[in-house]
Amino acid sequence: MGLFDRHAGLLDAYRDVRTTGADPFQIRMERVLSATEAVINGRKTLLVGTNNYFGLTFDPSCMEAAIEAIRAEGTGTTGSRIANGSYSEHVALEQEIAEFYGKKHCMVFTTGYQANLGVISTLVAQGDFLLIDADSHASIYDACKMTQAEVVRFKHNDPSSLEARLRRLGDRPGNRLVVLEGIYSMLGDSAPLKEFIDVSKKYGAYVLVDEAHSLGALGEHGRGLCESTGVLDDCHFIVGTFSKTLGAIGGYCVSNDPDFDILRVTVRSYMFTASLPPSIVASVRQALRVVKARPELRTKLWENVATLYDGLAARGFKLGPEHGPVVGVHLPDRSTAIGFWRAMLDAGVYVNVAVPPATPNGVSLLRCSVSAAHSKEQLAHMIEVMTGIGRQMGLLGPQLRAVAGNR
Amino acid sequence: MSDVQTGSLPLRTAQNMIVENDDFADTLVARRPPSRGEVMAEICRQLEPFQTDDGAAITGATVISKDLSIDSLAVMDMVMDLEDQFDVSIPMNVVAEIHTVDELADTILSLSARR
Repeated sequence: MGLFDRHAGLLDAYRDVRTTGADPFQIRMERVLSATEAVINGRKTLLVGTNNYFGLTFDPSCMEAAIEAIRAEGTGTTGSRIANGSYSEHVALEQEIAEFYGKKHCMVFTTGYQANLGVISTLVAQGDFLLIDADSHASIYDACKMTQAEVVRFKHNDPSSLEARLRRLGDRPGNRLVVLEGIYSMLGDSAPLKEFIDVSKKYGAYVLVDEAHSLGALGEHGRGLCESTGVLDDCHFIVGTFSKTLGAIGGYCVSNDPDFDILRVTVRSYMFTASLPPSIVASVRQALRVVKARPELRTKLWENVATLYDGLAARGFKLGPEHGPVVGVHLPDRSTAIGFWRAMLDAGVYVNVAVPPATPNGVSLLRCSVSAAHSKEQLAHMIEVMTGIGRQMGLLGPQLRAVAGNR
Repeated sequence: MSDVQTGSLPLRTAQNMIVENDDFADTLVARRPPSRGEVMAEICRQLEPFQTDDGAAITGATVISKDLSIDSLAVMDMVMDLEDQFDVSIPMNVVAEIHTVDELADTILSLSARR
């Protein structure tokens, strides 16, 4: 058996996708023009699938900060924090994120994926219990494979399902760690965090919340779901990313645990990879200042979410369960989703296509992410394009309307 | 299916009274460890929608990921339902080692016996 034989089924399916038109998994942006536009296939294209929630990738102050940092400290650190040492700016960034959350400690990682992977897999070990939401991100699932702890899934966003599983552990010794996400990346729905916290407290479980998609978007100060649901002090660990609202790349974890810093010499995804380059650290620090100084970006984001979500719902599309910076549009199956996606790209609108097994419950989705940088006109155009294609494909007939009406 | 019928008879012990007054109405709390017949019947019921077109019956020897048209995510979701039906938790690494219907039934039975 050859090394790639085990992927035969996937190769076939992928070949079918690639030979019938544009490949949704290898799209090339020939030129990025702004936070909301790029040239794709030679055509100016509206971007509604880039997780660029505040549009900060082109914020002049963030760009200048990055450029200055390169001039002052070079392009990269060429090594890990434990082997090559930290730059003052790494430490400053960690202090600023800790202060942002009102927590004592912060560790910065080179990607958000590595933050989840390393922290979750290291916090629990043999004899401990890790309880994860069924719809968790791949980085959380991968962390589960790396730990010797017993891993149990509970039903998505269902505190009673978590409670049943904590109860079944009874008086077995070992720590319990519950992992949740602020906003789920496929359908844009939020966890009932307060209820999850109440259950976790009742059974003495630690809670880790991944705010990757909710940083900036939720809470009075943009700290995420932990802030908007008033449970910041009850979350033992908050993980997040710099690659969405903050417009760069990197991850972090904050905590009040007095021994938190021991993770710097135990978390392998922190220890054995190069640290963030000076330009990224500088733009992220500036982006965090922008998030604090300009709450109007959050207001604009949610106005845009309402425009897109309500507009699409009114035209008869079946959407995720609630308003969120991610708007998931349900389509009947994989090939319809890919066909719809291609038609949108041809019409100059880029979104993400999400199909099984990357999606919960085997659903096929067009995944749209809204930005504060989108104009009303751009979103109105997007709704027109989607509606036109939906009608041409016969997806907005009475049947789909009925489904939407039943929600 | 006589096992299934017997299984539905409530046994009134002190412990069961407590369980019945518990607030975990989400979980179908088994009143005693289930029989092998009950567990097999429930697994077969859950797997029925994933039977392949050749119509081969689901038996203890059925290899879940090979003989049925079910992906790994759907298997894990089914396991979650079974967990609640029989009030046991099957750790993910244990699920990964389960290949046949028999192995799944054995796992549920041994976990509920330990409870």
